[in-house]
Order: sequence, then C-alpha cells, then structure tokens
Amino acid sequence: MGSCYLQTRDLSVGYHKEPVLQNVTMEVGRGEILTLIGPNGAGKSTLLKSIAGQLKPLAGGIYLDGRELSGWDRQELARCMAVVFTDRMHTELMTCKDVVAGGRYPYTGRFGILSDQDRSIVSDSMKKTHVSEIRDRDFNKISDGQRQRVLLARALCQQPGIILLDEPVSHLDIRYQLEFLSMLQRLVKESGMSVIMSLHELELAQRVSDRILCIGNGTAERFDIPQKIFSDGYISGLFRIETGSFDEENGVAELEKAAGPPRVFVLAGSGSGRDTYHRLQREGIPFATGILYTHDLDYPVAKALAAEVVSLPSGDAMSGIQLEEAKKLVDECERVIVCRDRFGPWEKINGELLAYIRKKEDRKYLENFHG
Amino acid sequence: MQDRKDKTAPVNKGGKNSDNRITRDIICFVILGVLVLALLVCNLGLGSVKIPVRAVLGSIGIGSAEVSDTARGILWQIRMPRALAAFLLGGALGLAGYLLQTFFHNPIAGPFVLGISSGAKLAVALVMVFFLGGGIRVSSWGMILAALAGSLFVMGFVLVMSRHVSNMAMLIVSGVMIGYICSAITDLVVTFAQDADIVNLHNWSKGSFSGITWENVAVMAAVTVVSLAWAVCMAKPVGAYLMGEVYAASVGVSVRRLRVLLVLLSSILAACITAFAGPVSFVGIAVPHLVKKLFGTAEPLVMIPACFMGGSVFCLFCDLLARTLFAPTELSISTVTAVFGAPVVIVIMLNRRKERG
Repeated sequence: MGSCYLQTRDLSVGYHKEPVLQNVTMEVGRGEILTLIGPNGAGKSTLLKSIAGQLKPLAGGIYLDGRELSGWDRQELARCMAVVFTDRMHTELMTCKDVVAGGRYPYTGRFGILSDQDRSIVSDSMKKTHVSEIRDRDFNKISDGQRQRVLLARALCQQPGIILLDEPVSHLDIRYQLEFLSMLQRLVKESGMSVIMSLHELELAQRVSDRILCIGNGTAERFDIPQKIFSDGYISGLFRIETGSFDEENGVAELEKAAGPPRVFVLAGSGSGRDTYHRLQREGIPFATGILYTHDLDYPVAKALAAEVVSLPSGDAMSGIQLEEAKKLVDECERVIVCRDRFGPWEKINGELLAYIRKKEDRKYLENFHG
Repeated sequence: MQDRKDKTAPVNKGGKNSDNRITRDIICFVILGVLVLALLVCNLGLGSVKIPVRAVLGSIGIGSAEVSDTARGILWQIRMPRALAAFLLGGALGLAGYLLQTFFHNPIAGPFVLGISSGAKLAVALVMVFFLGGGIRVSSWGMILAALAGSLFVMGFVLVMSRHVSNMAMLIVSGVMIGYICSAITDLVVTFAQDADIVNLHNWSKGSFSGITWENVAVMAAVTVVSLAWAVCMAKPVGAYLMGEVYAASVGVSVRRLRVLLVLLSSILAACITAFAGPVSFVGIAVPHLVKKLFGTAEPLVMIPACFMGGSVFCLFCDLLARTLFAPTELSISTVTAVFGAPVVIVIMLNRRKERG
C-alpha cells in the first residue's frame, strides 16, 4: 500500500442518485498507468468524472494520497490532479501557450498573472509534449493530435501527482496515437506521476497499461494486470462481441465469418493464407483450411474465419490423422486454393496433401502464391 | 518525434510576444480613454445651445474662461449629469453584456435581447405608477431595487429556459419574447396611468438619458464602480470558465459559485441601467465584440475594464447623436444604438457561420 496514490473502495457513481457503476475497488500506484476498458456507455467517463471530484460519489470512498477526496480543498486538489477530458475546450483568440498557461491557475495570485517561474514551467511543459513550435498558433487552428498534446502540456503545468485522461487518443490517427501514448509513458517514468485513462484501443491498452480495470455490467468486473485480462476469451465477453471475434492473445479483430459448410479448401500456413481467408470472408464463401500448427501466423485468422480448421498443437509432429481429415475436407469442397508449395521438414504431411490435391484431375484448383 | 508540419509555424520568443501584447493593450486603453474624454467634452459643449470648449473647461475649473450663468446652469444642471450617466450606464451596459455572453457561452447574449432590461422596466414602471399614484416619490435606490427584482425575475425565467433548450438561438428567441411581453405590459400600465408625472414615464420606457439628477448620478456611480471592481476581481475564474466548465473545475474554480455571481452581477448592472435610462438596446451585445476586435484578445482581465470603457464611448457617442441630430427634437437612445449596434450583431452571426464552415 506504500506506493498507492489513489484508490477507491466500494465506490458507486452515477447521476441523480441512479448508479451507473457500483462496488468499484481499485488502486493506482505512483508511476503507474491504470487503464479503464469496457463497452460504450459502461460508465468509464462517469467514473473518471467522479474521481476528478466533479461528480459526487453515491457511496463508497475515493482516497487520494491517503485522504478522502471530499476532504481536499479545491485549489489543493487542482495542484495534485489534472484532467484531459473529451469535453471540447472553448477558446477565443488564444494561442496554444495561453491554453497551457491556464494550467498554472491553482498557483497564480488573485488576478492570475504569471510569474517568471510560472512562465518557465509553461515552456518546460510544452517542451515535454513537443508543442513548443506551435506555441503562438491559435488553439482552434491546430490538428487533433497537436490539440491533445497541448492539453497534456496544460495538465503537466498543474504539476499534478495524477492525470486523468478520458479517451485521449480516440480521434487521432495511428501515428499520433502511438506518439501520444509513448509520450505519456515516458512522462510517467520520468516524473513518477500516476495516470488513469480510458481507452477504446484494446491493443494499445494491453501494451501501455500497468493495470487494467474492466468496466462492464454496472461494475468493475475485473482489476488485474494486462496478461490476465487479455486471456481466455474474457474481452469478447466484456464487450459482448456477438458478430465477428476478437482474439486477445494476438490482438486480432475479425469480422463475422461466412456461414454454412465449407465450399473451398485453402492449403496454407506460415502466413501465406491470411489474405485469402479475408478475401473469402469478403465474398461470403465458407471455407476450410489446414494443416496448421496453432502457433502459425495463419492460425488466429483461420480460427476466426474458417468453417473448419485442421490443426495441431505446436511441437507435435503432423501425422496421418491430420492428413486424412484434410483429404476428407478437400473431397467435400468444390474448389481448392493452394497458397504455398514449399514445406519445411516438420510439415512434410502438407506436401503429401498438395500431391493429393494435384492428383485429383476432376477438380479445378487454383495456385495462389504470395501476390 | 518533432512534428515536421510544426516547423513551418512562425517562432517567436515568448517574452517578446507577451511584451507586444501588453503594448497593444496599453495603446488601446489610451485610445479608449482619449475617446471618453473627447466625447465627454463634446457632450457638454454641443446641443441646442452651443458652449465653446474653453467655456466648458472653464466651468469645470480648467483654464480661466468667462462663463455666463445660463451656460453654467445648462452645463451643471443638465448636461453634466446626463453625460456622466451616459458614461457610467454605457460602461455598465458593456460590462453586463460581456458577463452575460460569458455566462451563456453565447455571443449574442445581452441584457436587452434576453429580456432582462424589459423585466426591470416593467418592475420599475409598476412601482412608479403605484407610488406616484399615491403621491410618494421613489428614491434612486428604490428604483434600482425594483429594477433588480424585475431583472432577477426574468433572469430566473431565462435560466429555466436555458436548461430546457440547448440551442442558443432558441434561448435568444425566448428572451426576446419575454422582453416583448414585459414591454407590452409596461405600455399598458403607462398608457392607462393618467397622472401628468407618469407621462414622463413614456420617454423613459423607450430609453433615454434625459432627466438625470445629480442624486441619480451618485447612486449609479456607486453601483457601477463597485460592480466593475467586483468584476475585475472575478477576471481570473472567468478566464478559466470561458474555456469550459469541466476544465474550469479541474483547475479549482467553484463553477457553481461563479455562475451565481455572474448572474447576480449582470442583473444588478442591468437593473441599474434600466432604473435610470430605461431599456437600451444592442450596446450589451455589440460592445464586447468591438472591444475584442480592437484589443485582439479575449483575456478577461483586459476585457472587463475595456468593455466598460467601450460601452461608455458607445453610449456617449450615441447620446450625442440622439440629442443633436434633430435638435431640439430628441431621439430615443435605443434608436441610435440600434443603428450602430444591430449591424455588429449581423456581422457576428455571419462570421460564426463562416467559422463553422
């Protein structure tokens, strides 16, 4: 508990006495990133607003640095906690630097005039988030990616112990997403501050978070390290994925597979079949594929999209059992697509399967090597 | 990690840039100050009786020009209180407009369009008719209190409306409607009040700076100066509030308290204006925008005093025209302010559309 900076105990949050989330118990240590994941409307933003002190908790407690949040004075709290929320910031005739300087509010005097020290903190914060170059640009005329970094600089200006971010990368393209989260990760490591943020980008959440809080079904379903959360099909359950699939181990999201018995057999492996699987899915043709080791690059996609997969665990030797199974499927299908014709010594059986396919002259087959 | 696009942006040294800004602020304040003084002198000198500038200055103790008793009487009893009223109430209007625009995050808010002035007018008319009918004179403070009650009543209505309509155009329309209702009732009250004293109400209910006494000036000076000082002290939280309530709260602003103060302060200002000059249109909307354009900043610490001075300039100028254009016939002040203020509102709306693309 020594390093715990913010925690909640049996917290219930919501609007107008209607709880959105109940019994949330979690904690985040100094220098840790905690990520909230969960379906739309599950209450991630509501939880963040409550932790920020902008929404009164309905029950339970929030403790910042060991003290109940309601016992904090506004100004004192503003010096310990900063936010980057999804609410649009309204500015008029304000440069990026003016917006960042707004973060000094809890430190300036009655009229909000910046001291030299304030000014140097403002320029330091802008350097840290790489926005010094645009300091004199109008805040309304910069890109989404720049805007998020300016808001982060503003939050840093408050010299907080913890920053709350609500979907900070949702409107950014992949380059800015990676840039923003890398920046955040570095700042956390350098300064030892804590971060609580919500993310919709699951694969990024899995990588950036020290711990993950899963919000669903009106409560914090799980609170654990990413490895534990992203396993055993839990994510599909959390988001109630009904059409398509999400493979947590590999971070692979696939659309709904074509229904019905397989009409095409795809001979694939070593990543040669993925494009073909996707093409068949787009055309709505159910297919079977094999013979794949479960560690094969093709396997996660095959598992998500194929009607049948002939597979075996890695480490086992391919044998006649898989061959017979595959031959049966080849016989049942109208067509065969061959994605590769060279096989390593550990998958000679696939070579035998190819020979079998080529021998069946009554059947059209397509050789579809890379490209 | 550096953004390549960013590098094309002009790079200024931070210090130099903020120096430029302060210089511009000072220049603009000096311009406004000179305009206020020049217009005050014009207002004192011009009218159906022309009084030369030297005589005007002489009568207030600057220089040693001879001043006739008639001129002295006109200056001290009529023009000076009137000019000071235009100065103080104009400032109050500019400031009230700025505070309301801040509160509603709405660029075309103002005491007149939201119906607050009309509410104050109705309350004052009712009180005056009631007391004058009973032969009792109403003091300046009594008028302000009545006006405050009226403006708070309408403000309450507008606040309830603002909770139900998220569209800011609808908010303005509802404000204009309640303004019309209040004006209609006022007209009814004034029309059916036969008393000769009350006939004067007719001028007032259209908006005019005429008939202001020194006692009125003292009271309005007290109210507006205190309100201005109060507003200046609120500049810091107002600046944070302008960016959005969530962000204001996150840096430690008590948003609820600030909102109450904004409502209260703008209602007091609107009440003060209406109690003495009746409803004056468009100053509250137009001045903050003109001032913002002039200064090139929306920083409240600058905007608050600047809107006050801008309102003063606007009203002194408009009152000068109202008195002199068709002298000896006097125009109502709103006639003149509308001519100059309404185009500003139209430009604002066109610009907003452009910004939204």
